[in-house]
Amino acid sequence: MRLRGEVGTVLARMQDIRTAFGTALRLLVTLDPELVEIITLSLGVSLGALLLAAGVGLPLGAAVALWPYRGRRFAATLLNALMGLPPVVVGLVVYVFLSRSGPLGGLGWLFTPRAMIAVQFVLITPIVAALTRQVVEDLWEEYSELLRSLGAGRIRAIPTILIDGRHRLLTVLLAGFGRAIAEVGAVIIVGGNIAHVTRVMTTAIALETRKGDLALALALGIVLLGISLLVNAGAALAAEFAREREA
Amino acid sequence: MSATPAESILPLAFEGLGYAVAGRSLLRDVSARLEAGGPSIILGPNGSGKSLTLRLAHGLLEPTAGRVTWAGAEHDRVSRRQAMVFERPVLLRRSVIANVEYALALRGLSRSERPARAAELLEKTGLSGMPKRAARVLSAGEQQRLALARAWAVEPEVLFLDEPTGALDPAAARLVERLIETIAQAGTKIIMTTHDMAQARRLAEDVLFLHGGNLLEHSPAERFFAGPSSPEASAFLRGELVW
Repeated sequence: MRLRGEVGTVLARMQDIRTAFGTALRLLVTLDPELVEIITLSLGVSLGALLLAAGVGLPLGAAVALWPYRGRRFAATLLNALMGLPPVVVGLVVYVFLSRSGPLGGLGWLFTPRAMIAVQFVLITPIVAALTRQVVEDLWEEYSELLRSLGAGRIRAIPTILIDGRHRLLTVLLAGFGRAIAEVGAVIIVGGNIAHVTRVMTTAIALETRKGDLALALALGIVLLGISLLVNAGAALAAEFAREREA
Repeated sequence: MSATPAESILPLAFEGLGYAVAGRSLLRDVSARLEAGGPSIILGPNGSGKSLTLRLAHGLLEPTAGRVTWAGAEHDRVSRRQAMVFERPVLLRRSVIANVEYALALRGLSRSERPARAAELLEKTGLSGMPKRAARVLSAGEQQRLALARAWAVEPEVLFLDEPTGALDPAAARLVERLIETIAQAGTKIIMTTHDMAQARRLAEDVLFLHGGNLLEHSPAERFFAGPSSPEASAFLRGELVW
C-alpha cells in the first residue's frame, strides 16, 4: 500500500515536470514577454559588464605583461588570484559600497541594473586582465626583438600585440562573458531579483525553482544553457581559426 | 632605393666588444671596422658568438664590455637606418601586405602613402601575387622574403641578416640569396652570418671569423678563402671544426 502510494507520488511529480517542460517550451516558442524581458536584461547587464571589463582588463593585462620594472611577477600573481573571487563576497562588498550609508550610496545604484553591471564588472575584470596578460606575454616574447628592431618600443607594442592577439583575446572576452552571464550569487545580492527591474536569468531560475514554478525556470535554464554552449563554441572556433591562420 | 644620404652611419666599429652572462664570457675583446661596400660575412662554428655579435651591433643587446660605434658616435638605441632579419622570421599575425605596411608606418609614412610603397616592395621580393594572404601560412622561403621586404621597407643603410637561409631548402635559399644580392646592389650594406660556405664565397666582400667568442680573423674574402691565417679558420674551411 505504502509502496503504491510512493510510486503514485513519483509518477505525479514526473507528470508535473513533464507539464512544466511543455509549458517551458511553449514560453520559448511564443516568445513570452516576461521571458524575453528577463533574457534581454541578462544580456544587457552582462554585455555592459563585459564592455567595461574589456576597457579596463585588456590594457591592464597588457600593461602588466609589458611592465619593465619590478613587481611584474607580483602583479601577475595577484591577477591570477583575483580570478577566483567568490561571487557572494564580491556581491556583499559591492552591496556595502552601494548601500545608503556606504561610500557610493549617493549614486542610488543599489537594486538597479547598474549595480549588477558593477558587480559583474568587478568579478570578470580580473579574469579578462589575467588571461590577457598571458596572451600578451607570450606574444611579446615572440615579437620583442622584431619590434625593437623595427623601432617600436613597449608602448607602441601594446596596440600591435592587442591587434595580433585578437583571436586569442576574443576567447578571453568570451570566457569573461560566460562567467558573467552564469553568475547568480553576486547579482542577487546587489540586484535583489525585482520583477521587471533587476530580474535576470540566473536569479529568476533560483527564485522560480524555490517557488515551485518550474516552467519559467526550465525555459530560462534552456536559454542559459544555449547561450553557454554558443559562447563555448565561439571560443573553440576562435581558437581553431587562430591556430590555422597564425601557426 | 636605399639611402645614399649625405651623412652615412658607416663605418660600424666594434671597440673591445665583450658580452658575458652570469659570469660566463660569450664574446671577448672583439675589435673590427666594417666599411660601406659589399657584404661582410661573419663565419664561425656553432656557439662562436656570431648571432650575438649581430645583436650587439644592431643594439638589441647591450655589450658588457667595449662599445659599438656608428661613424664614430655611440647610438644608445637601435638606429632607424638599420634593420635585421632573423633566421626564423617573426611575422605579424596579419596579411602579407600589412606586415610591410606596419614597418612603413613605424617609419612615419602616412596612411595614404603606405599601400603603393608596400606593393612596390612585394613586387621586388616576388610576393606581389599574395598581398592579402595570412603571412604566417606562407612557405618558409616566402616568409623569409617577406621578412626581407619588411626590413627593406625601412630603407636601411645597414641590414643585419642572421642565418637568413639557414632554415630553407636549397631552392628557396637560392631565391633569398638572390634577393640579398639585389638589396646589396641597391646600396645597402649587408652584414650577415651563414653556415653555407658556398654562399659565403659568393656573397662576401670581407669575412670575420669567430671562434669561441674571439675574433680570430677579419680579412678580405679572397684572402680568407685562399688561405686563412689562423689554424682554426683553416680547419673550419676544411669542415673539420664544428665547435
